[in-house]
Amino acid sequence: MLELILKRLGTAIPVLLAVITLTFLMVHSAPGGPFDAEKAVTPEVLAKLNAKYNLDAPLWKQYSDYLLGVMQGDFGPSFRYPSRSVTELIMTGLPITFELAVYAILFALMLGVSAGILGALKPNTAYDYLPMTTAMLGICIPSIILGPSLILTFGIWLELLPVGGWGDMPGDKILPTITLGTAYAAYCARLTRGGMLEVLNQDFIRTARAKGLSEFRVVIVHALRGGLTPVIAFLGPAMAGLLAGSFVVETIFGIPGLGRFYVEAAFNRDYTMILGSSIFFSCLIISFNLLSDVIAASINPKLR
Amino acid sequence: MESNQPSLFREAVGRLTSNRLSLFSCIYISIILVVAIITPFIAPYDYAFQDLDLGPAPPSSEHLLGTDTLGRDLLTRMMYGSRISLMVGFLATTVALVIGVMWGTIAGFVGGKTDAIMMRIVDVLYGIPFIILIILLMVIFGRNLILLFMAIGAVEWLTMARIVRSQVMGLSKQEFILAAEAMGVRKINIIFRHLIPNAIGPVIVYATLTVPQIMLLEAFLSFLGLGVQAPLSSWGILIRDGAVSMEEYWWLLVFPSLTFSLTLFSLNFIGDGLRDALDPRSGP
Repeated sequence: MLELILKRLGTAIPVLLAVITLTFLMVHSAPGGPFDAEKAVTPEVLAKLNAKYNLDAPLWKQYSDYLLGVMQGDFGPSFRYPSRSVTELIMTGLPITFELAVYAILFALMLGVSAGILGALKPNTAYDYLPMTTAMLGICIPSIILGPSLILTFGIWLELLPVGGWGDMPGDKILPTITLGTAYAAYCARLTRGGMLEVLNQDFIRTARAKGLSEFRVVIVHALRGGLTPVIAFLGPAMAGLLAGSFVVETIFGIPGLGRFYVEAAFNRDYTMILGSSIFFSCLIISFNLLSDVIAASINPKLR
Repeated sequence: MESNQPSLFREAVGRLTSNRLSLFSCIYISIILVVAIITPFIAPYDYAFQDLDLGPAPPSSEHLLGTDTLGRDLLTRMMYGSRISLMVGFLATTVALVIGVMWGTIAGFVGGKTDAIMMRIVDVLYGIPFIILIILLMVIFGRNLILLFMAIGAVEWLTMARIVRSQVMGLSKQEFILAAEAMGVRKINIIFRHLIPNAIGPVIVYATLTVPQIMLLEAFLSFLGLGVQAPLSSWGILIRDGAVSMEEYWWLLVFPSLTFSLTLFSLNFIGDGLRDALDPRSGP
C-alpha cells in the first residue's frame, strides 16, 4: 500500500512541477507588459510596480522565487487588487466551490448508484432501459444548457426556486447542485450498472445466495463492494471535471466561488491570479486523482 | 481506408442502419453537415447583419426562428454557428487522430524500450489538467480559432494512442505480419499497409465519440467568453446570448439548445452504434 502511494507520488510531483513551469512560462511570455493598460505611468512608478511584482529580476530568479513562494502557499499579490494576495482570494472562493462540488458529487452518487443497481438487478427490462436512456440524456445535455433551462423553468416560469446566489435565500443551492451533478449522476449510473452486472454473475454471489442470505445483504454488502470499483476510479477524474464545471455553474448562478474568480481573472488579465489559481486547481486535480487511485487499489487488490 | 475491407465496411453500415436510433442519428448528422457546408449559399441573411429597428422578434415568416436583441436572424446565426462548432470538432479530432495513431502504432510495433518510454510520456501527460492549460492559452494568446483546435487536438490524442497501441500489439504477433516481415517488407510499409488498416475499427469508434466531446469543450469555452468571439457565432455563443435574455426572448435559448443537444446526442449514438457494429466479438 505504502509502496503504491510512494510510486504514484513519484509520478505526481514531476507532473506538478511541469505544470507550474509551463504555466509560469506561458504567463510570462504573454504579449505586452502587465501595466500597458494603465494610463501613462511615470518611470519611477513603473519601477516601483515592477519591484513590487518582482518583475525587475531576471526570469530564472523570478521563477525560483515564485516556486519557493508556492511551496509556502504564497502566490504573490494580485495584479488587479494590489492590496490583496492571490492566496487570500483563493481562500475566499474555495469553501464555496468545495461545498458546491461536494453537494454535486453526493447528488450524483445517490442518484447514479441507485439507478445503476436497479438497472443491473433487472437487466433488459423497463427498470433498466428507462434509467439508462435518461442517463444518456443527462450525459448529452451540457451544463450550459441545463443551467439556463432549469432557471427558466423553476425560477422564472414556476417561480419555485431562486435564480441565483449562494446561501442568501432558502433553496438557492438546489439548482446549481443539480446543474453540476446531473452529468456525473449519469456516468455513475452507467458505471455502477456495468460493474454490478459483472460482479453479480460471479461464483461468490451464487454462494452467498445459496447460503440463504437476504437479497438486500447479497447486493448491498457483497456485490456492491466490487461493483463500485469503476465508480470510485471515476471519482478522481470526476472531481477534476466538477472543478472545471464550476466555472460555468458559478457564472450562470452568480456564485462567488473560485470558478467565477478564475473566469473574472481571465477577463481582467489578472496574470498573478490566473497563474496562482491555475496552479492551485492543478494541485487539487492531481491530488484527487492520486486519492481515487489509492482508494480504488485498497478496495480491489487486483489493481495493486 | 474502408476500401481495403469492403465486406467489413458494408456489414458495419448494414448493422448500424438496422438500429433505428442510430439510423435517425446518421440522418440528422448528415443534414446538419450538409447545411453547414452549403450555408454561405443558402443562408437567408448575413451573419453579422443587424436590423436594429426590428430588434428581438419572435419566429415569423420573415425570420423563421426569430431574431436576437440586435435584430440578427437567429436561423442564419445558427447555421454559421454550426459551421464553426463542427469545424472545431472535426479538425481537432483529425489532429488527435493523426498524432494518436502514429504514436500508438510506433510504440506498439517497435515495442521494448521505445514503447516503455513513449507510453511513459503518455502517462505523465495524462496527469496534466489540460482544461486549465487551454483556458490559460486562450487568455494569453487571444481567442484564436486555429490555436484553439490545435490545442484541443493535441490533448485528445492520448487515449487514442493507448487504444491504437493495444490493437497493434495484438496484431503484430499474428502470422500475416510475421509473413510480411519474413518476406522483407519494409517496416514503414508494414505499419501503413497492414497494421493501421486493421487497427482502425476501435479508432473510428473513439474518434466518433471524441467529436462531441470537443464540440462540448468549444461550447463551454465560448459560453464563458473565452472561445469564439462575436460577431462570429458558435453554439456556445448562441446559448450564452440565449441564457442572458431568456426571460423575455425564450426562442434565443430554446432553438440553439435543442439543435446542439440533438447533435451531441446523435454523435454519441452513432459512436455507440458503431461500437456494436464494428465489435468483432459480436460475430457476423
